[in-house]
Formats: sequence, structure tokens, C-alpha cells
Amino acid sequence: MAKNIRIIPRLDIKGPNLVKGIHLEGLRVLGNPEKFARYYYENGADELIYIDVVASLYNRNSLHDIISKAAREIFIPLTVGGGLRTIDDIKEVLRCGADKVSINTAAIKNPGLIKEAALKFGSSTIVVTIEAIKSSDGRYYAYTDNGREHTGVEVLEWAKKAEELGAGEILLTSVDREGTGSGYDIELVKMVAQAVAIPVIASGGPGKPEDIVGVIKDGRADAVAAASILHYGYVVSDGFSMEKHGEGNLEFIKNRKTFGLIKPSSLGEIKSALTANSIMCRQDFASTKGAA
Amino acid sequence: MAKVAIIDYEMGNLFSVERACEHAGLDYFVTSDKKALLASDAAILPGVGAFCDAMASLNKFDLVSPIREFIASGKPFVGICLGMQLLMSESEEFGAHEGIGIFKGGVKKFTTLKTGNYKVPQVGWNSIYPPGGEIGLWRGGRSPLKSISAGEYMYFVHSFCCVPDDESLIHTLTKYEDVEYCSSVSAGNVFACQYHPEKSGVRGLEIYRQWANIINAGGQNE
Repeated sequence: MAKNIRIIPRLDIKGPNLVKGIHLEGLRVLGNPEKFARYYYENGADELIYIDVVASLYNRNSLHDIISKAAREIFIPLTVGGGLRTIDDIKEVLRCGADKVSINTAAIKNPGLIKEAALKFGSSTIVVTIEAIKSSDGRYYAYTDNGREHTGVEVLEWAKKAEELGAGEILLTSVDREGTGSGYDIELVKMVAQAVAIPVIASGGPGKPEDIVGVIKDGRADAVAAASILHYGYVVSDGFSMEKHGEGNLEFIKNRKTFGLIKPSSLGEIKSALTANSIMCRQDFASTKGAA
Repeated sequence: MAKVAIIDYEMGNLFSVERACEHAGLDYFVTSDKKALLASDAAILPGVGAFCDAMASLNKFDLVSPIREFIASGKPFVGICLGMQLLMSESEEFGAHEGIGIFKGGVKKFTTLKTGNYKVPQVGWNSIYPPGGEIGLWRGGRSPLKSISAGEYMYFVHSFCCVPDDESLIHTLTKYEDVEYCSSVSAGNVFACQYHPEKSGVRGLEIYRQWANIINAGGQNE
């Protein structure tokens, strides 16, 4: 594979906080998203993804604040999603400094939104999120509203349609694996990544660096999103202080024993694992430290 | 202080270009007005999207001739991404289209340069390096890449590549899926790059900073 694979921390946002759940539910507050984003930027993140997981209109302003702040000091691509329903919603987050937007629910309800948005803002700005759940018949179906609403739309068909309508990338989340640390759904990722010509970002499930290697080698992912593994990696790092991140419900972090299948890892550890497996990725990132 | 025009012809989000200019201490303003452009001391042509739409948009704002005039005046000029491609004489994107024509050559799709089963657009980080490995040549001149090492990673999003007729214009090369292509050109007062320095972390900001030094010195790239 003669290209560099992107490692993208995914920040789920609820109100002013970074949160993390399992299967997109049962959200736990981890703290201040600004601190996490900054840490990832300084340690080699290739992009950042922000998803407003509550996505109610009442909370939208805090997402805008978080993005505006981040865009002033973080000079890597920022993708923002969650509850974007109209061209005006998209315009608003781009105005706050997002480089790309991700859309799911609104795109499934109105696929024309993908086309309209791609024409208006350019395909490279439009990421279509697919939340996939494997059904008992072995097929994958797309869900909306953080994996809560069944749509009856098959994932593969929808991915091809999204590409045809002008999506620039697909963010493919396995709701079954999300937050579990049991590894990516390689079958799902491979199915979609081979079927479309646009990049596919695998999301949901990594518990250790080897899972990331696997979804690239066997799943043919063009990029990977990761959340818990990196968030816990930061929490257990020397640079993390409870005082600075005091907003979080961090009892489980204090005892540092309840990560389940997840082995907290840094971006550096993940990239080393990639390199050891002959997977290309951006390496000389230490220089980002001490950045503006 | 030198005034830098960021040319707004409604092709993409200028937010990150503005933030990077701010970061480099440049006194920038955003404009679609040819008079304002010609009165500025340096200019940036950004842009994402389709070549033909971009040319139509530049024509709508009557900016094509003023950009040629600006460049001919010898003032520092930077093209980024689509803004680099537009400086070429023609593009094959969805049929043949004429460009601004500062550099003779074409804009070709990855799949024209090499057929095969690989993902286009290229989205992500990639290395830039000087042709022939002559790092001295690269670093010796007053290039905005002066402090950038060969092999440094920059952020790319594109399906098309510039192919200048005159290979001596090629400032850096990049390889994607075994296609080696021109990722930046440099000629006198013009520097243009396919990658986005404003999305390429600290090293990308360094390019803006070096360019600010060139502008403030009132000089040329090389």
C-alpha cells in the first residue's frame, strides 16, 4: 500500500465536555475537549474528528465555541459532525473553522443534501457518516441518531450511493464494536473500502494498536478513527493532571483499572506498530510539540 | 507593513488560510476586488473545488487579467491547491479548460498519469522532496521552503496534479501510489503548492513564516 494511513482521534462532545460511551450510549464525561485536542495535535494526530453526540439545538453553541477555539490553534484538518441538517448548519460550522463536516441522519432522510452540499462546498468537505449494525441475517444496516434508529438501508448500497452523490469520504462506524475495545469490524470495513473509490475511515472498536494494524492490512481502511484507546492513553500519560481536567466524572480514571479490553495507547505507540508492520504513516511529528 | 491580499472568488473556506496568515504576523485582507488586489503588496490564491468552476468564478469577478498583471509586476504571489493548478495553461478536468496560464503545462488526473485500482482523491499526509535530491539547491535560495527538510510531511487533498512543461519549475516532488508528481513550483516571485501548508501543522506554518520574511524583505523567492 503506497500511501500514508491517517490516524484520527475522535472526540465525542456533549455540551462543553468530551464524553465516551459504549455502543454510542452510556456516556461518561472525560473532561475538557480542548486539552485532549491540543495533546493529540502535539503528538502526531493527522486530523481530528468532533462529533456532537447530543446534537440538540440547545447545545449547538458550545460545539461552535469548541470548534472556534480549536481552529485558532490547531493547524490540522478538523471534521465536525452531529446534528447537521441543512446547508445553513454546514455553513455555520465551516464558518467556525471546521475544514470538513460529517452528516448522517439528515443525509439518509434526504440524500439530496449530500449532492447539494458537495456542489456548494466541494466534495472534499463532505464526509458521510455511516453507523452500521450487523443484523441477525448477516447483513449490515445503516442506523441514525447514534445507532438508535433503524433505517432499513443496507450499508453497502448506501455507501455507493453516498459516493455517487458526491461524498468525499466515508466515516464508517461499527456500532456493535464502538467503545468495546474488541477490535474493528474488519468484515464491514473491507466490504465498504473495496466497493468505493473514496477514502473510508474505519471507526469503532480498537482496543490495542494491533487492532489498528489489522483494520488497515485486512480491512483495507484508508484512515482510522480512534477514541477510548487514545483518551485513556492520554489519561494515564505523565502530562495528564486531574486538576486541569477537573470537570470530568473521573472516578474510574483515578483507579485506572476499569478500561476493560482497552489498552491505553499513545499516537506514537500506534504509529510505531504501523511502521513495524510496513504500513506507511506520517512520522516526523515530534516537531509539533511546542507549537503555537 | 506589507498588505497581503487573500483572493476570494467563492471557491472554498478561507478560514484556515486567514488563521495561518495571522499566525505568521501577516497584515492580510480578503478581497474579490481587482483594484484592491493590484494595490496590495503580496497575494494568495487559495481554493478547493473544480477547475472549470474556479475559472468561471475568476472571470465573473474579472480577476484573471489582474492576477496576470499582479504576477508580472514581480510582487510575491502564492497559489495553494486549486490555486496552484489554476496557474497552469490548461486542465483536463471534465474536458479541456484554459487556466490563468502563468506556467505552460497541464493539470492531469492521477488516473491519467497512472491507471490502476487506487483511491482518488488523495486525502492525507505525504512527503515533499526536491527533484534529484539536491537539498542544497532547495535550501540555498530564498524559498518559502527554506527551513523545511526533504521528506517533510504536508497535508494534501486532490485528484489532479500539475505537470509543468518546464521541469526546472518543479520545486518539490511527491509520490502517491507510485505516481511521482510535482507538488510545488517556484519561479521568481511565484511559489505554488498542491498541499495545504495551513493544515500541515507546525511545519506548514513555518512555510507561511518564511514567506512572510520574503514579503517583508520585499524580495523574490529565489
